[in-house]
Amino acid sequence: MAEFHKPKALTDAPLHYCPGCTHGIIHRLVAEAIDELGIQGKSICVASVGCSVMAYDYFDVDCVQAAHGRAPAVATGVKRSDPSKIVFTYQGDGDLASIGTAEIVHAAARRENITVIFVNNAIYGMTGGQMAPTTLPGMVTQTSPYGRDVTKVGFPMKMVEMLSQVDGAAYLERVAVNNVANVRKAKKAILHAFTNQVENKGFSLVEVISSCPTNWGKSPAKALEFIQTDMIPYYPLGVYKDIYDEGGNQ
Amino acid sequence: MSEKVLMKGNEAIAEAAIKAGCNFYFGYPITPQTEVAAYMAKRMPKIGGTFLQAESEIAAINMVIGVASTGKRVMTSSSSPGISLKSEGISYLAGCDLPALVVNVQRGGPGLGGIQPSQSDYFQATKGGGHGDYRNIVLAPSSVQEMAALTVKGFNLADKYRMVAMILADGTMGQMMEPVAIDDIEIETGEKPWALTGTECRRPRNIVNSLYLKPDVLEQKNFERFEKYKQIEENEALYESYMMDDADICIVSFGITARIAKNAIATARAKGIKAGLIRPITLWPFPKKPLLEAADKCRAFISVELSMGQLVEDVELATRCKKPVYLCNRTGGMIPSPDEVVAAIEKADKEAK
Repeated sequence: MAEFHKPKALTDAPLHYCPGCTHGIIHRLVAEAIDELGIQGKSICVASVGCSVMAYDYFDVDCVQAAHGRAPAVATGVKRSDPSKIVFTYQGDGDLASIGTAEIVHAAARRENITVIFVNNAIYGMTGGQMAPTTLPGMVTQTSPYGRDVTKVGFPMKMVEMLSQVDGAAYLERVAVNNVANVRKAKKAILHAFTNQVENKGFSLVEVISSCPTNWGKSPAKALEFIQTDMIPYYPLGVYKDIYDEGGNQ
Repeated sequence: MSEKVLMKGNEAIAEAAIKAGCNFYFGYPITPQTEVAAYMAKRMPKIGGTFLQAESEIAAINMVIGVASTGKRVMTSSSSPGISLKSEGISYLAGCDLPALVVNVQRGGPGLGGIQPSQSDYFQATKGGGHGDYRNIVLAPSSVQEMAALTVKGFNLADKYRMVAMILADGTMGQMMEPVAIDDIEIETGEKPWALTGTECRRPRNIVNSLYLKPDVLEQKNFERFEKYKQIEENEALYESYMMDDADICIVSFGITARIAKNAIATARAKGIKAGLIRPITLWPFPKKPLLEAADKCRAFISVELSMGQLVEDVELATRCKKPVYLCNRTGGMIPSPDEVVAAIEKADKEAK
């Protein structure tokens, strides 16, 4: 029987994330994928701004910390500098779906051969729970205290649906990490997104529906339930694009 | 010495950058620097380099950050409004101690301004531009030959000190054609043990980062950076001194206006007024020493500039306000004629005793 170890691609630093936050699981899945592909020595992480700003403390690979929203542009530079390196960004919803929309759309349009891990927990966690581009309609946050009113502040951004219309995007999938079955699917998707890069297949992005118990004002268990009852119905899971999948849409 | 060819200033920058070992260019279209990008688009594929037109100025400077963090030579170029957009990234380059070359072929501002030559980004270039405590090395070419030479020097200084070097040119310098010789030059990149090259699982990981949440650590980083800046101020200031041996009136001017000033000096001297010129070639570090020395010999200074007195402030600081500093300027894309400068020299000569 296989033993359970911490992946080599994670450092020993204690995670700073809140109790019940699913960033820890997602970090682990990324590190497992790096281990399984044997790419730790040639991987370069581009950290973003948000709760995962200190990803460089946790991934045991070379890292650069990018300005808010700019990780795909920084990753473009890193990858173009040496295409033999495996370059990934790890971005939250504020970073990728609000301030960094131009960078992510154009990195996809260029079919930039990078891997993007997009963590969507529908809120700005690091700054204390403000409304995010992905905050659900009616959801209460610090900056939508009466609930997100879509008639005044607009509708949530569905990023993988949007990016699926970009010709350059090679692989787009939305997964969740709220239960064991979903975590296993998330692992498979993340591994696929890294494998694509190793095989020069181009821009791959995995959106991971994640929880924020602290800023949602829920217990960790209730937060995972909320993913199932509210988040997934609005953000349906599944493969949105895979240009190399024979059964897919290309 | 290689053969001289006729080139635009913008093209000279591009060719010199390639000669300096820069294989990566990221930019976004804006007048009047477009020839840099056009030249790179043609040349880079032929030398196995990368030319990429980014989706925005912001993306372009962040692509620069990406390449710079891997330790390779990289540049971007733009004109004034585009440099404002790049300022966030320039601040990050400073905070991450990354070398890169940024070219600003200035046009009139503020706002969308105009597309004619200007020097009104002087404050932005020399005093900051982006947020935080930092400096850029700022080089001000005054001929197409210098556009090339200072591009090479900029890359070398950027690598030597791990910081941004900026070429602060203007629309005239970018667009005008002059004979230029771009020799094969010595590339001084130095070792870059900090670069992100993948650990190969043989060394501890490298981290390129500007985030320091502990204030004492951030303070220390800033102290260290300013020690470096102090060394640069002591060692790297460059200027040209022109007819200063007996000068009563000292013009201070850089770039295209310094050339107009030289014409005016000849006319003034024919009229019996001993005028001279100190032309800063580095705007930061500013050549304070020759200006302070001139303050003991000259009766007055005149800043000839394409901005609203931005250069005056640095002349006053460098000369410790020992002598009056007059302003002779045009702005918004207008250029002073030699006669306007002569008139300013005559005025200063009459008033300053």
